[in-house]
Amino acid sequence: MGSQILDQLKRDKILDLLKTGKRIDGRALDEQRPLVIETGVIPKANGSARVKLGDTEIITGVKIQPDKPFPDLGDKGILICTAEILPLADPNAEPGPPNEEVIELARVVDRGIRETEMIDLHQLVLIENKSVIGMFIDSSVIDSGGNLFDACSYASVAGILSCSVPKYEIKNEVPVLVEGVTSKPPIKTLPVSVTMARIGDYIIIDPTRDEESCMDARITITTNSDGNICAVQKGGSDGFTAEQLLQCSEMALVVGRKIRKQFEQLM
Amino acid sequence: MVKIMTQLMTEDGIRCDGRRLDELRNISIKVGVLKNADGSAYIEFGKNKILAGVFGPRDVHPKHMANPDSGILRCRYHMSPFSVTERKNPAPSRREIEISKVIKEALQPAVILKDYPRTVIDVFIEVLQADGGSRCAALDAAAVALADAGIPMRDLVSACAAGKVADRIVLDVNNEEDQEGQADMPVALMPNMGKITLLQLDGMLKPEEFKTCMQTALVGCKRVYEVQRKALMEKYFQNGEQ
Repeated sequence: MGSQILDQLKRDKILDLLKTGKRIDGRALDEQRPLVIETGVIPKANGSARVKLGDTEIITGVKIQPDKPFPDLGDKGILICTAEILPLADPNAEPGPPNEEVIELARVVDRGIRETEMIDLHQLVLIENKSVIGMFIDSSVIDSGGNLFDACSYASVAGILSCSVPKYEIKNEVPVLVEGVTSKPPIKTLPVSVTMARIGDYIIIDPTRDEESCMDARITITTNSDGNICAVQKGGSDGFTAEQLLQCSEMALVVGRKIRKQFEQLM
Repeated sequence: MVKIMTQLMTEDGIRCDGRRLDELRNISIKVGVLKNADGSAYIEFGKNKILAGVFGPRDVHPKHMANPDSGILRCRYHMSPFSVTERKNPAPSRREIEISKVIKEALQPAVILKDYPRTVIDVFIEVLQADGGSRCAALDAAAVALADAGIPMRDLVSACAAGKVADRIVLDVNNEEDQEGQADMPVALMPNMGKITLLQLDGMLKPEEFKTCMQTALVGCKRVYEVQRKALMEKYFQNGEQ
């Protein structure tokens, strides 16, 4: 329980700095940490990315294989994003079934990519109601330095952008892989997730691990290339005012544009 | 797409269940419906039928979860296997675990946990029948159950969703609108403190629509608050008067 005293001391220090307009790592309140994206890091996967957002590091692999469609969605391919925190990534992470934080992380990353309609799932249908292409985007946190939501989202998007989708031919109603022929995935838009934390009266973007340990509340907003807001998740044990949330939505759009430029270079 | 839109809304803005754009479904709340729980509530919100029971403050098990400086809040949102069209596996799904977490975080700012170090307050929510907006209805019942348990609170928590259906912003999205509509935004508000403690969105909204949608949901939250308040008054003050 000693960590609670430490967290309180950290909070006092972080809040004192915020009052003078500074953050513990010297960033501006609305400044993200540098984002480094490397793709094609796992050649056995159909797409992959290694992403560093400050001290947070993620590896994402995309696997593509024929699958049966969901019963009520026979005209759409399958897209599933997952995320996990590996035990080597965090002293508090434990092997075994995922806890509620990890489940929330995976679902928020999935929601961002699904709700922006990044991929045209209609183009992943092989035989309507029978056979479709499934894309499985699995992210592993390998070093946990705060803001896993954005880092996993960026790694998932980068992994998808780096994908080579294998070609399947239908023979006797069964999909058969055509060797050596691939195409780019059907991308419609680029989702960008932006997470902000509230500490006292201050809203900061891209919180570090220390900032997260003492934040009051958190908000993750995902926007698409047209400047629409497509997914939101509030977290943390306190709330926001309506004005703060509108301010956050504007910040998400502005920061989103910068990150989207970085994604465009991967296309 | 056009076919779906005509089903969801008529041209003069009447929705598939006959409501206007800014109309809530029927809500009724009963307080103190369980004998064993320290506090409880039953809500009917449209076709949602949800029970909430609160136990505590009480000893924490497992013990290592206890916090020497403050009480802790735990929350379980669970759907009965018979609550939806296709039988639901009774084991908690990933969706239910996520909803349990966001409901806990929506209630936490309202509960004065500092007064009860080393203890836990457990909130159990059972969705007996599910309709659209079950997380909001569950949250509304849970907040009333916490108040019924006599737990000191800074404010109630009132929740309601808004969304986008057939290109228009609507209040209180029902099941059909949730499935076929363009956006769903559940919001929870501490009405007297003006603090938003839950906000989620899936769908697609322009920035102006995001603002309108949030404001629409907040109006809904305030109307829900009146129903919650009246339900508590009915139990604790005869004739609904203080």
